[in-house]
Amino acid sequence: MPQDTKHLEITLETQVESVNLAEEMCLRVAEAAGFGEDDCYRIGMSVREGVINAFHYGNEERADKKIYLALDLTPDKMIIHVLDEGKGFDLNSVPDPVAEENLLSTSGRGIFLMRAFMDEFNVVPGRNGGAEVIMSKKLPSAQGSGRNGKGEHKSESEAKGA
Amino acid sequence: MALRATYRESHGITVVDIGGRITLGEGSALLRKTVRDLLEEKRILILLNLADVDYIDSSGIGELVSAYTGVKNRGGALKLLHLTKKVHDLLQLTKLFTVFDVYSDESTAINSFR
Repeated sequence: MPQDTKHLEITLETQVESVNLAEEMCLRVAEAAGFGEDDCYRIGMSVREGVINAFHYGNEERADKKIYLALDLTPDKMIIHVLDEGKGFDLNSVPDPVAEENLLSTSGRGIFLMRAFMDEFNVVPGRNGGAEVIMSKKLPSAQGSGRNGKGEHKSESEAKGA
Repeated sequence: MALRATYRESHGITVVDIGGRITLGEGSALLRKTVRDLLEEKRILILLNLADVDYIDSSGIGELVSAYTGVKNRGGALKLLHLTKKVHDLLQLTKLFTVFDVYSDESTAINSFR
């Protein structure tokens, strides 16, 4: 890990309270990193959704499994990792919640929200066979300083899941 | 902040005043129970006043959709009133504005049920 990266990680129980705890922890880091109110809301919501995903879908609400949350603060972005102990899943198989036929679904919007609210989002196989959500947001001090004005970030249409 | 929900009658419509966060856990559960109790009392015309709801996550969105379809399946209607900016933006992002009837004025919302 580069010396100028700050790293923080916490192991969470598979319980509802972990969702609020993860959100609060990430909000404090985001605020300290200089993110404004709107970005903090988006980061907090994304962390909630990542942990809800791990709690419900990944660990299937089983108390014997853990959720691993890690934050990396680099000079230009905040990176969030949420790892579960489930069976993993294929991101491409997740239904589009804004498709007409899915609008009345009572679930399945978490990944859509994380994609919409963060600059980068991906799901990779975790070290224990579960799923690892990796998402990041560029720091306010680094915004607009990408190589071509976009840096590694997605376009607006990609970010909105269009 | 924990979710609060109280209801009142206005011209035959049940107006539910909700405050707090509709999120995974108690918030979503209270909304589910509130709507279920109203349906058991045969109150099928429901206006959810979300003026004091400052936060909804995907679980809360799912609960709103569940309430909407549950009421509709009983032959009733569930509409939304006074969305905060965050909730408004979230419903727009998830395209649920195309599903819910949303109002910013209570009288207009009440009259829309007729």
